[in-house]
Amino acid sequence: MNQGGPGGGFVVELEKFSGPLDLLLHLIREDEVDITDLPIAKIADQFLSVISELGLNQAADYLEMAARLLRIKAQMLLPRRLGDDEWEDPRAELVRRLLEYQQIRELVDWLGRAADVRAERFGRGYEAPPPDAPPAPLQIDLNDLLSAAERVIALIPEPMLHRVVPRPLDVEGATERIMKLLGEREQFGWIDIVGKQATIVDVLSVFIALLELAKRSTVTLSQPEPFGPMVIKRAPPHEAA
Amino acid sequence: MHPLTKLLEAALFAASRPLTTEELASLDLTVGEAAVRSALEELRSAYGDDHGVELVEIAEGWQFLTRREYAETIERAQFALRPRRLSPAALETLAIIAYRQPVGRLEVDEIRGVDSGAVMDKLVERGLIEVVTRGEGLGRPLLYGTTPSFLEILGLKDLEDLPRLEELSVALRRPTPVEEEE
Repeated sequence: MNQGGPGGGFVVELEKFSGPLDLLLHLIREDEVDITDLPIAKIADQFLSVISELGLNQAADYLEMAARLLRIKAQMLLPRRLGDDEWEDPRAELVRRLLEYQQIRELVDWLGRAADVRAERFGRGYEAPPPDAPPAPLQIDLNDLLSAAERVIALIPEPMLHRVVPRPLDVEGATERIMKLLGEREQFGWIDIVGKQATIVDVLSVFIALLELAKRSTVTLSQPEPFGPMVIKRAPPHEAA
Repeated sequence: MHPLTKLLEAALFAASRPLTTEELASLDLTVGEAAVRSALEELRSAYGDDHGVELVEIAEGWQFLTRREYAETIERAQFALRPRRLSPAALETLAIIAYRQPVGRLEVDEIRGVDSGAVMDKLVERGLIEVVTRGEGLGRPLLYGTTPSFLEILGLKDLEDLPRLEELSVALRRPTPVEEEE
């Protein structure tokens, strides 16, 4: 992962790093400095120059780290008394994160090697299931064929002629029937209005009438459960148009 | 070979993924898992050094795999393809999840120092990690863990096969590293 020979300056590309921590580790390694006693001013300057040189492809993450480094640098400059036990190294959290990240990088190397070794051994590959075997050739006997043909011919119904007669929907009539029923009862069901032997025309007429009445807020329609019977209810008077 | 051993050989040959001991035990309900395990050992030694394939314990199961030395030849002939390598970002994320599981996205982001959402989505898609539970904190974040496929692509028997953190050259100091030596 390291590139750029010694003395070669920072020949680095931001894309090569998986994040600001990776870049920091790279700089620390290049400088051969002690990670636990980070020369924060130097590292911060190098970090800034690298990210400014390389554009800001992943600006937010790198800029956040830059800001953090500068803050730590400033904190390091604050005067402190010798032997002050209360003093907390402002670098501590960053060092902890760097070490943690370094550990992850080491695991990455390990995992990468393990994956490479595993990739050198092949299991039985997945193979798509074979296409269905072709059907066995047919074995037909002429008599079988003839009797089958007879059976099929017998199934053909007598030709039937349909006469199409216009049967106009009677929405008005349906509306009248619904209003009458509404006058008698607070609520009723679908069956009460269309009856059990309704023709398709009746059903359609009633349905359209109901939709129209619902639109005018004369009735409310509800279906308490999926596929359950429809309940037609007189709408509350104040809502009625 | 023992009849049970031959049965296991057949099943493992037919399978295109590792089979667990429990799965193999379901082939013959009259024998216990202990018998299956010893039959597996017999099968493994039968495939000792004299064969091009070997029986490998992997992903909490068993699988016949070709020996490493034939990898290049097989691949050159295009009889099989090596899986694509995982990116460093994917491996970083996997490493964190493997060791911290169950772990939320925020913690992964923080350890890596970059947003890891897209990488984690891809790993979920590839079946290498999965949501295992929800955390306690604000918004009950989704917590992720590794899957058997993760073990499979790394050739690991189980999570115990991962190196112990103490074995790494970088020992992680806890946030209070007062009397740390070295």
